[in-house]
Amino acid sequence: MSKALLDVNHVTLKFGGLTALNDVSFTVNEGEILALIGPNGAGKTTCFNVMTGLYQPTNGAVLFNGQRLTGRKPHQITKRGIARTFQSIRLFPEMTALENVLVGADARAKTSVVGALFRFPRHRATPADREFANPFGKFIAPVFGVSRHRREERESRELAMDLLEFVGLERVAGEVARNLSYGHQRRLEIARAMATRPQLLCLDEPAAGFNPAEKAELQELIRRIRDRGHTVLLIEHDMRLVMGVAERIVVLEFGQKIADGDPTSVREDPKVIAAYLGEPDDDDA
Amino acid sequence: MNFNAFLDWFAQRSDYLGSHFMELTTGGLTLGAIYALIALGYTLVYGVLKLINFAHSEVFMVGAFASVMAWELFGLTGSTPAPSLGMLVVFLILGTAVAIAASGATALTLELVAYRPLRRKNAPRLVFLITAIGASLAISQAVGVLTGHNKWKVPNLVSPNVVINWDTGFMGTLRLTDLDIGIILAALLMLVVLDLFINRSRLGMGIRAVAQDPDTAALMGVNKNRVFMLTFLLGGVAAGLAAILYNLRIGNIQYDVGFLLGVKAFTAAVLGGIGNLRGALLGGFALGLVELWGAGFFGNQWLNVVAFVVLVIVLMFRPTGLLGESLGRSKA
Amino acid sequence: MNQFVSKLRGADEKRVNGLAAMRRRWQSLHWAWRTATVLAFLAFIYALPDLNEAGVWPINVISTDYAAEGSAFDDVLVLTAIYVLVAVGLNVVIGLAGLLDLGYIGFFAVGAYSVAIFGSPTSDVATAYPWLMLIPIAIALAMVSGVILGLPTLRLRGDYLAIVTLGFGEIIRIVATNVSVTNGKAGIHEIPRPPGEWPDGTRIFGILDSRPMYWLCLTMVVICILGVKQLENSRVGRSWLAVREDEDAASLMGVPAFRFKIWAFAIGAAVGGLSGALYASKEGSMTADSFPLLMSILFVAMVVMGGQGNTAGVIVGAVTITYIPERLRFIADERFLVFGLALVLVMIFRPQGLIPSRRRAAEMADMKAEAKEVNVVV
Repeated sequence: MSKALLDVNHVTLKFGGLTALNDVSFTVNEGEILALIGPNGAGKTTCFNVMTGLYQPTNGAVLFNGQRLTGRKPHQITKRGIARTFQSIRLFPEMTALENVLVGADARAKTSVVGALFRFPRHRATPADREFANPFGKFIAPVFGVSRHRREERESRELAMDLLEFVGLERVAGEVARNLSYGHQRRLEIARAMATRPQLLCLDEPAAGFNPAEKAELQELIRRIRDRGHTVLLIEHDMRLVMGVAERIVVLEFGQKIADGDPTSVREDPKVIAAYLGEPDDDDA
Repeated sequence: MNFNAFLDWFAQRSDYLGSHFMELTTGGLTLGAIYALIALGYTLVYGVLKLINFAHSEVFMVGAFASVMAWELFGLTGSTPAPSLGMLVVFLILGTAVAIAASGATALTLELVAYRPLRRKNAPRLVFLITAIGASLAISQAVGVLTGHNKWKVPNLVSPNVVINWDTGFMGTLRLTDLDIGIILAALLMLVVLDLFINRSRLGMGIRAVAQDPDTAALMGVNKNRVFMLTFLLGGVAAGLAAILYNLRIGNIQYDVGFLLGVKAFTAAVLGGIGNLRGALLGGFALGLVELWGAGFFGNQWLNVVAFVVLVIVLMFRPTGLLGESLGRSKA
Repeated sequence: MNQFVSKLRGADEKRVNGLAAMRRRWQSLHWAWRTATVLAFLAFIYALPDLNEAGVWPINVISTDYAAEGSAFDDVLVLTAIYVLVAVGLNVVIGLAGLLDLGYIGFFAVGAYSVAIFGSPTSDVATAYPWLMLIPIAIALAMVSGVILGLPTLRLRGDYLAIVTLGFGEIIRIVATNVSVTNGKAGIHEIPRPPGEWPDGTRIFGILDSRPMYWLCLTMVVICILGVKQLENSRVGRSWLAVREDEDAASLMGVPAFRFKIWAFAIGAAVGGLSGALYASKEGSMTADSFPLLMSILFVAMVVMGGQGNTAGVIVGAVTITYIPERLRFIADERFLVFGLALVLVMIFRPQGLIPSRRRAAEMADMKAEAKEVNVVV
């Protein structure tokens, strides 16, 4: 029995007179791939936003690793270990793919502004450090060591290149993000989110706009992400994709949870079928 | 300063404020009316173009100088006596027309020469702002050169007659001239006219549509550029009216009055709710009152600081202003 | 008219392409060559006053010594160095972090007044502190004012931030005019200069020889440029860039946006305070009128016209705006008009500045291309 990573605990969310979420409860277990589905307007994105700390629930709470996610600024939530991508791509358009991922990797960097300005050597230089150093550093490093800035730069860069390879973008690492193809941009977003070293990776409609071949690749990628040690939560409209990759599915309708279980039982659940299951998505006919 | 000294100072200043309350209030209202008229321009342009037209203060200033020049052309100077009632009306109409024309023309020129080319290039927000500032600087300095950096005296047109003169005793004397009342009424009138125009006319509907969603409005057949020009023109008209009133009330004009007045008018617009026409009026009066009361309490030299402090406080605690942003919504 | 404009545009394109080509050549040089070139160039700059004395070409042409009513060239050099420092500091705020600060003169004034108040024997403060203590005080006070200004205002949208910073600059001036310790319009005099004497007893930083002051300011410029470069090429610079591109997305990717924005303000303020302190030492006396708000806009013009975000560009901008009025006196009289117009023209025709950073040039080009594609109604 794997432990619960994220606990949605009787969450209700009201916007003025509108109840967007009504007493929703479920858990996301560590190491699983959970999909959140439901017809349009069911409250999936709202629920997502509550789970990632963007919205505060009117009632109930969301617990991550046993702690409440209340009133925290976005960058603090990321530091806790939740990363997310967006339905509409929000990359940094004028930065290269590598730089985009590096920003994500910076989330764990401890170098402060003062540390970046005055780079006091304080770590013993490893061979990798020495290779990474600039010409000046190559003399300094063996004698005095490297600064935390230098060490973290190297580590971030290695992580970034590793992640770019992981998603298959190593060849376009130097390309400016706005020039990448749509598929590449989506994968870059995932790589950037992973660079923040999250425990929970939340993907909001990661397959939007993909053709069937790309969707199959995405399924494979999601599995590999889970195998790397992350827990994955996704919202998706494409049933085939969801059925193919999710280990557990939570179904929302009109802000309420109507089903929660493995793909087969959800698919055969009469309530879910009544809600909307059955029609394949138009775009993969 | 020990506590007793502070208490003394506090008591003394409160006493001053109280005993001059009426004067400060009427002064604040008339000043506020002028702020309100200028604020209308800022709020309109921001509501439709999402742009702070820093140079709007110069639009106002140009109108003020233009009307003085027109009056001087007809022989009126700072030292000639006030004309008779019939001629007065003629001159007022002339001055107002010239001011409005000059301000409107300046506003349109800004749009055509500076802002439209930038929109065509899809320039980032920062560039628009910097251009606006540069234009404000250029225009005010150019007028400065043309006027020899001198203060021009406005011809004597109206000798204001005191209409209300009521000594309330402990609160000071309530003293309103016909000019004061005229100024306040003019501001209200301008608001009503603009409000009706925006909400009831077809052109006004176009403005509201573009304010809400420019691209969709364009797809629905609204000519965006014409709407933008109309917006600037309307702002210019309000500024021209403000210019005339300013001339009549203050009695002199200088090339650099625009800057301070502009910041205060913008503060008024933000205070009332940027993009909200009624907010501009409310904000104008409110700012005028707060300024004069503040000056009464803290001392005249701190008058200009009041506006900036108000701005920071509003933006920190209620950035949508008193009435909220709303040009895009159904009410103005 | 259109033909003239297109010819201008053509010439400008050539210039920009030439610049891009130069930049590529520069990048392709070996680092040893680049370092050597930079050092040689620095040596040249340090030697300018002496070259001026010697009447070497082209310095004798550039020199303002003989221009009608021109100030001594040495003096101009010191002032230019100080304003280059201002531009470098403001570049951190506008160019790197993307925050439009229209009240930078405020930090300059805080630094200058710190030196004046704590250093001048005629000021209200009882002790006149030694010059070497004044500089850290000035920088510290300026940084504190930067943080105080930033805390409430950096959450605001760009337009509002601009107006509020404008207000700050003006508030500083009004306070300086009305508060007794700054002595308002009468000002503070006998502001000290750096200490030190030559072997024969004359002061090193005396009024007769401006060169040591020039070298001091220049050294500060070099130090600050190096410092800014360190920040730019670290996670700090990357975070600033990310916040500039998309603040919300940056936040979600773990960038503490507000904290870094405050830092940008603080660093910009510190450099501004330092330049103000140097200015006060140089001038020896100042009044509240020494810091008009219009100067803030001129500072912005230096950064933006030169090429915001690009150190070389802002240096060129600062040098141009400081030097040209000294050389061409008719421009000096109307410098605000001239540079206001220039600012508008540059923004309309070349918004990335005269010497854009590679990134910024690409940004503008991309946005322009996008505009062409999407324009349904022009």
